[in-house]
Amino acid sequence: MARTAMRPRLIDGQYRPHPGIRALKGIVLTITCALVIAPFVAIVATSLADQQQIARAGGMVLWPETASLSAYTAILSGGVITRAAVVSVGVTVVGTSLSLFVSTLLAYALSRPYMAGRGVMLWLLLATLLFTPGMIPTYLTVKQLGLIDSWWALILPMAVSAFNVIVIRAFFQNVPGELIDSARIDGANEWMVFSRICIPLSKAVLAVVGLFYAVGYWNNFFNALLYLNDSSMWPLQLVLRTYVINGSALSSDELGSPTEMPPGDAIQMAILVISIVPILCVYPFLQKHFAKGVLTGAVKG
Amino acid sequence: MALPTTTRSGKRNPDTAPTGRQGAGGAPPRRLTRRERIAVAVRRDWMLWLFALPGMTLILLFQYLPLANNVIAFQDYLPFLGISGSPWVAFDNFSVITSGDPAFLNALVNTLLITLVQTAFVFPAPIALALLLNSLVSERIKRSVQSILYLPHFLSWVIVVSVFQQVLGGSGMINNFLRSRGFEALDIIGNPDAFLALITSQVIWKDTGWATILFLAVLATIPSELYEASSLDGAGRMRQMWHVTLPGLRAIIILLLILRLGDALTVGFEQIILLQPAVGRDVSEVLDTYVYNHGVLGGNWGVSAAVGLVKGVVGVVLVLGANKLAHIFGEEGVYRRG
Repeated sequence: MARTAMRPRLIDGQYRPHPGIRALKGIVLTITCALVIAPFVAIVATSLADQQQIARAGGMVLWPETASLSAYTAILSGGVITRAAVVSVGVTVVGTSLSLFVSTLLAYALSRPYMAGRGVMLWLLLATLLFTPGMIPTYLTVKQLGLIDSWWALILPMAVSAFNVIVIRAFFQNVPGELIDSARIDGANEWMVFSRICIPLSKAVLAVVGLFYAVGYWNNFFNALLYLNDSSMWPLQLVLRTYVINGSALSSDELGSPTEMPPGDAIQMAILVISIVPILCVYPFLQKHFAKGVLTGAVKG
Repeated sequence: MALPTTTRSGKRNPDTAPTGRQGAGGAPPRRLTRRERIAVAVRRDWMLWLFALPGMTLILLFQYLPLANNVIAFQDYLPFLGISGSPWVAFDNFSVITSGDPAFLNALVNTLLITLVQTAFVFPAPIALALLLNSLVSERIKRSVQSILYLPHFLSWVIVVSVFQQVLGGSGMINNFLRSRGFEALDIIGNPDAFLALITSQVIWKDTGWATILFLAVLATIPSELYEASSLDGAGRMRQMWHVTLPGLRAIIILLLILRLGDALTVGFEQIILLQPAVGRDVSEVLDTYVYNHGVLGGNWGVSAAVGLVKGVVGVVLVLGANKLAHIFGEEGVYRRG
């Protein structure tokens, strides 16, 4: 932060803004943060609240009077939502591993300045940032490859992102040359340099890129809408659309728990919560690396 | 997103030596023949090529193979006949564009309108927020605010649309509150008149925080001497903002505007397709949803592919043109002209 040099002068009063301005800033930031947080609080609260309270509030509540997990037990007891959650987790785990593996290898190859054909490959990769193939031609490609109604259709078309490859490549290029040279003298081949030197040194960026890929897989609903005709294969996002946005009610046998029926609002909110929770779980750990990862890709290129 | 122009110098692979001179002080270096150069490259790089193979295969399959499939824009494509069996119709499919088919025109007008409104409201939001965050003295407050505001970027459009529906919808939080206080309920979700405002506020809610990352990084690179010098010259905070901070952001703002121009015909497809059932196609049909509704759902494959193709070509032309313009005005743009 170049401007930390100014900090002392801020304290000696010269730059300290007018108290009114400071109060205004505080209010603006508080409102902005509240606009982001409040919906989450309401969603979680409603998912936990009981029938009477939701009915009284006419929908969402801001704080559950008596917390109950009945909405969660209902949707996670083996019905449509459970199945969709398993599909989403599976696609995300398999997709993210594949993406990370393939992208890291490609980034390593493209980071070696002597590799023959590097210019062409780099150009082919970067050109994909400029244009995206249309929806119809891509659909036909997926169909020609026989991926319709296959979970691979949710993974393979988005497996390699040029942006992420460039981020990883920039890190590999910054691995000290002396380190690689000494490994080479000790007889290391490319695979050893890659796996023993470059990967361990780039854990932070791999975590961030992994998050970007994982969020991409977890959040993607359109590929599923396009490529999966069979609704029993749907991932969570599509199910979310059906039951939350389009407002279809879940019947008790779709839920898989024919015994008791928690309030519909609570169920909808519980579906929302389980689709947000995985992101909230990894977010705090990776959050500090975001700026670095994004900027390596965007500024340094 | 500056394309890389520099390559790391220094060939540090010992295997690269054969391209240089052989032995010390002896015969003058012999130029390798083409075949020898290839042999050297194969022996040296086969493993790297193996590394690049899966990634490049996926890129070719899912980014470049679809380019070839664009030929159906010139066909009366019938799925059961396939590309090889479908009849060729030359430019017939493009007639929806040239003759101004009402459904297409509606999509085009909506797209341009949404782009215009979003450039006016969505684009400046992160700049304002970044300036505000940058002016905070406490590093800790700044960090916590950032962590909160980055979060919505990681939520899917399905979640964002659901959240908005639960909060603003007919039986949502705000309307319940209004009704319980005896006010009229607001009709926001599914109201064609409010559609533009709705999608714009959703985009702002989702991505403003995230977009500040880039601006904050650029703000951090402005030398503090400039602020000190300007304050010695008697500039107050507002003048510093006008004469130091904003000029420092100029290059990145132009760069982002160029990239935006390239996406002028692409507006929030996932978001809009989710909202479309509630609000109807009149106000919400954009070029991407037109392609989806008429092609994938309606079976007009050739026509939709033609629209998609024109849209893609116009996008690339817009970026390249805007970049040229940036060069003329002495800015760097997306890539440097060599």
